[in-house]
Amino acid sequence: MGKIIAGILAPHPPHLVYAENPPQNEPKAECGWETLRWAYENCREKILEQKPDVFLVHSPHWQTVVGHHVLGLEQFSGLSVDPIFPHLFRYKYDLKVDVDLSLAIAEEGKNIGLTMKVMSNPKFRIDYGSITSCHLMNPAWDIPIVCISSNNSPYYFSNEVGQQEMFKLGEATRKAIEKSGKRCVLLASNSLSHRHFTTESEIPEDMSYEHIYHHGQYLWDMQMLDLMKQGKSQQLLDVLPEFMDMTVAEVKAGALAWMLSALGMPEYPAKIHGYGTVIGTGNAVVEWNAERAAQV
Amino acid sequence: MKNSVIEKAYIVSGLPHIYLAPERSPGWNSLNQSYQKIRQEIETINPDLILYFSTQWLSVLGYMFQGNPQPQWHHVDANWHELGDLPYAFKVDTVFPEIYSQEVSELGHNTRVVNYEGFPIDTGTIVAQMFLNPDNKFKAAMVSCNMYSEKEENLRLGQAAARALERYGKKAVAVVVSNLSNRFEIKEIDPGKDQISSNKDDEWNRKILEMLEEGDLEDVSQCAREFSRQANADMGFRGIWWLNGLCGESNHFSGDVYDYQPVWGTGAALIGLQPTVPIRARSRVECANQEEASQAEMVQSLATREGSTWAAPEKAIPNHTMDSESPSVSGPSVQGQKIDSAQAPEPVGAYPHARREGEWLFLSGVGPRKRNSKVIPGVELDDQGEILSYDVVTQTKSVIENVKTILESAGSSLEKVVDVQVFLTNMKADFPAFNAVYAETFAAIGATRTTVEVNRLPTPIAVEFKVIAKL
Repeated sequence: MGKIIAGILAPHPPHLVYAENPPQNEPKAECGWETLRWAYENCREKILEQKPDVFLVHSPHWQTVVGHHVLGLEQFSGLSVDPIFPHLFRYKYDLKVDVDLSLAIAEEGKNIGLTMKVMSNPKFRIDYGSITSCHLMNPAWDIPIVCISSNNSPYYFSNEVGQQEMFKLGEATRKAIEKSGKRCVLLASNSLSHRHFTTESEIPEDMSYEHIYHHGQYLWDMQMLDLMKQGKSQQLLDVLPEFMDMTVAEVKAGALAWMLSALGMPEYPAKIHGYGTVIGTGNAVVEWNAERAAQV
Repeated sequence: MKNSVIEKAYIVSGLPHIYLAPERSPGWNSLNQSYQKIRQEIETINPDLILYFSTQWLSVLGYMFQGNPQPQWHHVDANWHELGDLPYAFKVDTVFPEIYSQEVSELGHNTRVVNYEGFPIDTGTIVAQMFLNPDNKFKAAMVSCNMYSEKEENLRLGQAAARALERYGKKAVAVVVSNLSNRFEIKEIDPGKDQISSNKDDEWNRKILEMLEEGDLEDVSQCAREFSRQANADMGFRGIWWLNGLCGESNHFSGDVYDYQPVWGTGAALIGLQPTVPIRARSRVECANQEEASQAEMVQSLATREGSTWAAPEKAIPNHTMDSESPSVSGPSVQGQKIDSAQAPEPVGAYPHARREGEWLFLSGVGPRKRNSKVIPGVELDDQGEILSYDVVTQTKSVIENVKTILESAGSSLEKVVDVQVFLTNMKADFPAFNAVYAETFAAIGATRTTVEVNRLPTPIAVEFKVIAKL
C-alpha cells in the first residue's frame, strides 16, 4: 500500500534558487537568504534518505478557475521566467511527471464531487512556484513529480469554503496515493505571512535590507509555527482563515490545508527547519514526517 | 486628430475563447467577428504605436514595461490550456517604454523595463494583439497592472502615459484589455449556452456600456469602485482608471459598443472611445491639483439614468471638473474639499476660505478686509497700527460682502446660510449698530445666530463672522 511519508511546507521564493546559483538558473548571485536555504538543505537530506518515489506539489502560481488541474504528460521541459522577479529567476527545467498518480488523483477527486482536469498540452509552461519548491527539495530532479493547480475558490467564496474544498482534495490525494503503492512526499508551496515591500535593494541579495514587513506579521507567523511544533493541526486550521486575512497569507491558496488533510490532520509535532523573510514575507520550511512519527 | 496624444482608445476582452474557439459559442463567435471591425479601424488610423494595459499582466513591485523588441513564445494559458496554443512573435517599440518608465519612476514607483527571452506575456495582451495587429503592422507597447494599486495610482499611471506619448510624439491608440464583470462559471459549461453569471452582473455591465456609449469615461471611472463591488469587475476595473488618466479625465468622447457577450459567465465587451476634443498631456503639478478634486463618486449620474434600478444617495453631488468647465484665472480655485476664492481677502493663516463636506459648506472666520489691500474698511489706524477709530456699520457691511463672495465662489449663496457665529470686540458699544446692519440682509434668510464678545481678533477689526451654509 502506498503512503505519504512526509508533508513539507515548502515556500517558493525564487530568491532562494537565485542565491544558490544552480546551473539551470541564468542570473547569478553572491549569496543570500542562507537561513532558508540551509533549512531546505537539512530537510532535503532527511527526506531523500527515506527514498520517496514521487514529490507532489501544490502551487499558488498555477491558478485555475474551473476545478483542480493536474499535469497529464510524462515530461515537460522549457524555460521558466518569473513574471515578478525575471531578473532573479530564468530557469531551464526538464522534469518527469508521474502521470499514473496524477490521473488517479483526478479520478479520486471526481469520485468525491470535485471538478478535476488533466492538463495534456505539451507546450504548457510549468509555473515557477512548483519549480522552485521542487528544485529546493530535489535539485537533481531524479524523482518524478505531480503538480496540482491552485483552484481559486477561496477568492470566489471565502477562506472557509476554500478550506473545505482543499480538505476534499487532500482526501482524494491520500486515497490515490494509498492505491498507488508509492512512497510520496507532499510539498505545500506556500509562504506564511505575505505582506511584502514594494521596492527592492539595488543588489537583490543585500541582506541588510531583509526583515519582516512588520511585527504584527511576525507574531502571527510565530503563532502558526508554534501550533505546528505542538502538533495541533486542528487548532492551526481553525485559526488559518483569520491568519489569511490578517497577513494576506499565501496559504489562502490552499496548499497547507490540502497537505494537512492528506496527512490525516497530524497530531505529532512538526519540525521547523528554519524561518526567514524574503522581501518582507514570512517563510518557513516545516516538515511533518508521518513515517518517522509512526516509528516513534 | 491633431495635437491629441491618442487617436482612439479601446476596451477589449482578452479571453482566449474568442480567438481559439469561436465555433463553440455564438457569443464567442460574435466577439471574434466584432474584433475585426476594430482591427479595420486601427488599420485606417495607421498608428505608430498601440499601447496596451492588460489586467492579466500583474505586477506587485511597481510597474513593468515590455522592452523586448521581438518577444516570441509558444504560449498556453494556465487555465484554458485545453482550448489550444497561442504562438506569437510581436514587434515591440523599445524607445517608448524607456520614456514611460522614466515618467512613472518620477512618480516614485519601482519600474522595470523587461527584456528577457521567454518573459511571459499575458494571455489577454496576446489575444488582443492577435486580433488587432496580426501582422505586426504597428509596434506595440505594454505596461503591467499593479495588483495592489488603487484608483489614484492608476490615474497617475495613465497621466504619465499621456506625458510619455507627448514626449515621444508618435501617433498612438490605447487598448485596455479587461473584462467587465469577471465572475467565471467555476464548473464545466456548455459553451453554446454560455450566459452572464447573474442578472445583476448583466445589468451593471449594461449600465456601464450605456455610459461608455455616451462617451462618459470620467463618469465610468467615478463609478468603477461600485461597479467592482456589485459585479466583480475585472481587477477592480483598474483599466478604466488608467485609461481615464491617459485620456484627461473627461467625458469628451464619442463611444461605440461593438459587442457585448458572455464568455464563461463573464461580461466580455468590445468598446471604442473616439476623443471629441484633442487629448493633451498634463504636467504632474496640474494632475496633482485635479486629483483632489476627483474624490467623490459620481453616483447621481448613474441613479438618474433612465432605467436605473439601484438607489443612490439623495443629492449625491458630482465633484469633478471637466476641461471645458475649468475655472478662469479669476475664478475660484477648488482643491478637493477646500475652497479658496480669488475675490475674497487673503487668509491670514494656513486655512482655506471654506471647506465643503458633502452638501455642507463651512467658512473660516470672515472679517471686513478687502483683497489686495492693507486698508480695512471702517478702520482708521495710527502709524503704529493701533486703532484710532472704527465704524462697526461699515465693517459689518464689508464682512457680509466678503461672506457673499466666498459663498458664491463655492457655488452657494447668502440665502443658503444656515448658521452664523458673530465675534464682536466691544459688545456693549457695537451690538445695536451691528444688529441693525445684520438684519438688513439676514432677517429674511432666517439663519440661526450666536453673538459673543472676544477680547481681540487677529487683525485690528471689530467684527468677524463664522458661517455654515448649504450648497
